[in-house]
Amino acid sequence: MKISLGKWLLPVYAVLALTFLMIPIIYTFIFSFNDSLKSNITWRGFTLDKWLNVCQVQNGAVCEAFGNSLIIGAVATVAATVMGTMIAIAIVRYKFKFRSATSLLLFLPMATPEVVLGAGLAAQFLSVGVPKDMTTIILAHTMFCISFVVVTVKARVASLDPALEEAGRDLYGSPSQVFMRITFPLLLPGILAAALLSFALSFDDFIITNFNSGSVTTFPKYIYISASRGIPAEANVIASAVFLIALVVVVTTQVSAAARAKRLAKLG
Amino acid sequence: MSMATGAFAERGADLELVGISKRFPGFTAIESLDLTIPAGSFFALLGPSGCGKTTTLRLVAGLEEPTTGRILIGGKDVTNLKPYQRPVNTVFQSYALFPHMTVLENVAFGLRRRRLADPVGKAHEALRLVELDHLAARKPQQLSGGQQQRVALARALVNRPALLLLDEPLGALDLKLRRQMQLELKTIQEEVGLTFLHVTHDQEEAMTMADTIAVMNKGRIEQMGAPEQLYELPKTAFVANFLGQSNLFTGTVVGTTSTAISVDIAGQKIVVPVGRSHRHSGDVTVGVRPEKLSLHREAPASDPARNVIGPAHVIDVSFSGVSTQYLIAHPTLGTIVVFAQNMAFGPVAHVGEEVWVSWDIEHGFGLADDPADSPRFAADTDTKNIAAQRHAALITELGEA
Repeated sequence: MKISLGKWLLPVYAVLALTFLMIPIIYTFIFSFNDSLKSNITWRGFTLDKWLNVCQVQNGAVCEAFGNSLIIGAVATVAATVMGTMIAIAIVRYKFKFRSATSLLLFLPMATPEVVLGAGLAAQFLSVGVPKDMTTIILAHTMFCISFVVVTVKARVASLDPALEEAGRDLYGSPSQVFMRITFPLLLPGILAAALLSFALSFDDFIITNFNSGSVTTFPKYIYISASRGIPAEANVIASAVFLIALVVVVTTQVSAAARAKRLAKLG
Repeated sequence: MSMATGAFAERGADLELVGISKRFPGFTAIESLDLTIPAGSFFALLGPSGCGKTTTLRLVAGLEEPTTGRILIGGKDVTNLKPYQRPVNTVFQSYALFPHMTVLENVAFGLRRRRLADPVGKAHEALRLVELDHLAARKPQQLSGGQQQRVALARALVNRPALLLLDEPLGALDLKLRRQMQLELKTIQEEVGLTFLHVTHDQEEAMTMADTIAVMNKGRIEQMGAPEQLYELPKTAFVANFLGQSNLFTGTVVGTTSTAISVDIAGQKIVVPVGRSHRHSGDVTVGVRPEKLSLHREAPASDPARNVIGPAHVIDVSFSGVSTQYLIAHPTLGTIVVFAQNMAFGPVAHVGEEVWVSWDIEHGFGLADDPADSPRFAADTDTKNIAAQRHAALITELGEA
């Protein structure tokens, strides 16, 4: 019997790759139900305690870190998205002095190693005498998130037909009305994508945060610190919860987009 | 029409451009333009791409600012008004329908911005005018090109602007739909009585639709008038060749009577009526349209009422059904184009044959161009002939469809 390589190789490879990617996530999820004591390395039995009492451990340190990450992520995202969108529109639509210099400066935070960025910022805060706390973390996150927002929104602005805004002005729309009713709704998908990316980057960041956080603990920082002593199962609970929420959001958007496409197809 | 209510313009307004020029960094789009478009007329700005016609339109809409000059609509100076403050609406070349709104909301947009009563009702009414009310709930991307074009028209018309600007609105449609929309646009204009300013590079479109055409070239208006007038009595070589085709010959006036001038063109005498020539002495360029020429296979009898050229040789014959186009090479006058209606079965002359052409003196014209400024206009080149044949073929195709 002949075995067809092409027929089997790709599925086997795909399954292996997917398994390899999924194992850490599945491991984290399973061990969030572990009836662990101090360390969460060996399986000691199933329990829902950790899910139900997630904020009880270490006087709620896990939850506090998680809360800090949410606040920092939200504030940095809003600030970076608002400023980044304005910069993106300005760079695409207007000609001004130092336009290309601005583009280059915005690209730098993406190209610079995070360690350099974090250490540089920390030195700056030190030299101007700003104490490190939530504010410094938010400033640092806003700074690197802006770059990603500008890149994402710029592509959207560039693909927007200027005639649409002209039509808005021609149809008696004042500049602010044209922005609110035409420009903004048409840029919204790009802006939302940029905001999601910003939040993910901010929530995820460890290196820059570690340099500029002082005594404030974020979720990634908490995990890093507790890794040496053994990560509590509560951290697994939060990580799993975040993963599940993200999964639900993605699936819902996909399903509703498919439903809308179907509805439109029926109309047409 | 019950659409004309309240704050809407009851009728179109005059548009007046006074000494308008527009310079962009590096080039001048419009050079000292003066233009008056009377209220209620269908006016076409015709010219090749880059002649400044679209810039003129954008200046009127307020999307560009003139470098010098004033723009008046209905006698009111609007030069410094923003686009949304002008009683003007535009049908954009790309239609520029808002993709995130339904057809109805697109049409109601202008009414809502002006806070007029019953925007939805009026939008439905405008959509009925263009026969698209049944698609009001759709999104623009679900419509065909022709339907989008009509929505764009309804969206502009619903505001009853004193002046409606059309920027090559039919350019993206196929030939058959374009012809149909030309007639519809003309009907709608007559129905609503607004002033239409239509920008196009399609000479047939301009002639079919407009009451008055201004032919624009290199930022200037070359000639303005009714379509028939422009076609029958072109003033410049550019107009003579942009609006249809022409056979042009340059020579010196050798004789003048009270009714006609005789021009010597390389030894051949051509007579043009005084009233049909813009120049009456010195060097002049005279011309005649290809369809005004008669083709003879034998030297025609001398007739004082006709100009005769020949003998010459047929170098190309292209049969297009309705007519046949002959290219004739004359040893001193160059190439002459003749359109002959197909009264017989197929072409009457063949390549290489010796022929004469003649035309009624009353059909010739003399240009105002100084031949010294513009060298003798080259006879129609091959690419132009190909274009003319393609054009004729399309019309035949349209007739069959």
